[in-house]
Amino acid sequence: MTELASSDAITVTPTVAPSRMRIFRRKLKKYRALLLMMIPGLIYLIVNNYIPMYGVILAFKELNYVDGIFGSPWAGLYNFKFLFNSPDAYLITRNTVLYNGAFIIVNTSIALLVALLVNEIKDKVVTRFYQSTFLLPHIISMVVVAYLVYSFLNAESGFINRTLANWFGFDSISWYNEANYWPYILVIVNMWKSVGYLAIIYFAAIIGIDKEYYEAATIDGASKWKQMTRITLPLIAPMIIVMTLLSISTIMRSDFGLFYQVPMNSGPLMPTTNTIDTFVYRAMIVRGDIGMSTAAGVYQSVVCFFLILGANFAVRRISKDNALF
Amino acid sequence: MPIAARIRKPLIHLFFLLFSIASLMPFVLVFMVSITDESSILKNGYSFFPSKFNFASYQFLFNDFGQIARSYGVTILVTLIGTVISLFITALFAYPLSRKDLPLRRTMSFILFFTMLFSGGMVPWYITYVTMLGLKNSLFGMIIPNLLMSAFNVLLMRSFFANTIPESIVESGTIDGASELTIFLKLVVPLSAPIMATIALFNLLAFWNDWYNCMLFIDKPELINIQYLMTKTLNNVQFLVMKADTSSQAGELLAKMPTEGVRMALAIIGIAPLLIAYPFFQKYYISGITSGAVKG
Repeated sequence: MTELASSDAITVTPTVAPSRMRIFRRKLKKYRALLLMMIPGLIYLIVNNYIPMYGVILAFKELNYVDGIFGSPWAGLYNFKFLFNSPDAYLITRNTVLYNGAFIIVNTSIALLVALLVNEIKDKVVTRFYQSTFLLPHIISMVVVAYLVYSFLNAESGFINRTLANWFGFDSISWYNEANYWPYILVIVNMWKSVGYLAIIYFAAIIGIDKEYYEAATIDGASKWKQMTRITLPLIAPMIIVMTLLSISTIMRSDFGLFYQVPMNSGPLMPTTNTIDTFVYRAMIVRGDIGMSTAAGVYQSVVCFFLILGANFAVRRISKDNALF
Repeated sequence: MPIAARIRKPLIHLFFLLFSIASLMPFVLVFMVSITDESSILKNGYSFFPSKFNFASYQFLFNDFGQIARSYGVTILVTLIGTVISLFITALFAYPLSRKDLPLRRTMSFILFFTMLFSGGMVPWYITYVTMLGLKNSLFGMIIPNLLMSAFNVLLMRSFFANTIPESIVESGTIDGASELTIFLKLVVPLSAPIMATIALFNLLAFWNDWYNCMLFIDKPELINIQYLMTKTLNNVQFLVMKADTSSQAGELLAKMPTEGVRMALAIIGIAPLLIAYPFFQKYYISGITSGAVKG
């Protein structure tokens, strides 16, 4: 320690205060171990996230494989014009936004109901059992979900066509060929998979409420229903609003697995199952249209970017702790 | 006691009983189909109470275990390597961010954070990995893209470090002359077991359940993981037979194969490890989700 102090005395002339740059450099040296620790993660972010951001220029290029990405001629806004003039652009935007809208409304209301009711159960063991069962769908992959849905909807031997149709006397339906049923199917499947997760988040918020409110309310003779509507809901309202705003900020993105695996990539279902994410994938892998699929991806990212900024601004005003930045 | 209060409890339990049944029922159906006799499926369709049981589907899968064993091996290998590396680089990035005195802290946070705001989209991302890094048909194609470090997990870990590791511990380490790495490994990590377990579990599930990277980056049947094998089999049972010893046998095998049951049996084999392990890890998983909820 004394050695360090004496060397400081030599380098720093007493009359001139050390410049900010020098302090910074000395700090860098002191903390170099910590900064070195961050390098693997930093490299990963650059490769996985930042280099692809640069690839966005592909949307403005007319890619040909001879000249490569950088040698290919510029195409201006051609790819975007082509995309927005096709009927697909409207369809995939509508599907993505409407599905997400439906998911937000259905999942939030059911998850809230579940969370409020779980809170009424005082037995810890039973609570844990219920929580575990309704979280189970959340941990399995969309591939498995596709299997589960198939076991119900399969045309020849599926449970609905063979058993339920018999019980209730309706004709069997060729589920994987009829586009108009899928909005309901996908909303139900998404609810089945994600309500447990959301309910646990809301349940955690409810548990965080100070018990004294309820004690005071009970003394005043407030019914359970009154306690729920006058204490619990208002106190977790900021949380609900925040979660909803965050969902709205990603309303242009969709769970690729849900819209690709669960309808089993079935052609006739496209009008109601194609979203921006599945469209980008198909345009690139199936049709090899790099320009247009990149353009669709850029469209999605840019809209999302502004939605996230907007949502964050709104969240900040409601609850600063929950804002992203 | 008013009537409303007396029936409230049973009603709530009834609600959850139905909810639990709805959560579990699809798994039961798939399992029942996998042990149903093929002729019974043809006659009555999929049923919770099949008229005739038969384990032929499992027998078939175990007789031709080649592809399944390989895919299982790939999944286990990728999951183990991926989870360990992922936990490592996440912790190494999160810990310095939790130190308030770190120079460049705001810059680093912004670099991390901006990835949550904007992305180049799937196409440039895919091209980066295929043309720049040559990850096509490589095990790394299932480990590295998107799964290795998530900004959300870093933030989760950072707030755990910032909130639960007392600054005095780091100071005492410095006074004793320990290097930053020693402080991190010997003092911070042992105190952070809950968050380490949570993030490891998140990673484990992500790698085990991944089929997307496999679909994008892998063409070779010998590198296909169990989730993608399941995808292929759901669409086309023939895929399972592809790896049978000789192609002349394939036709014969397919003719004898209980196709419907085999699909479902594969699904059961694919999820069995998860379902068996679930009771043991769900406690940590739930606490992980809730800690993420308290401060996102």
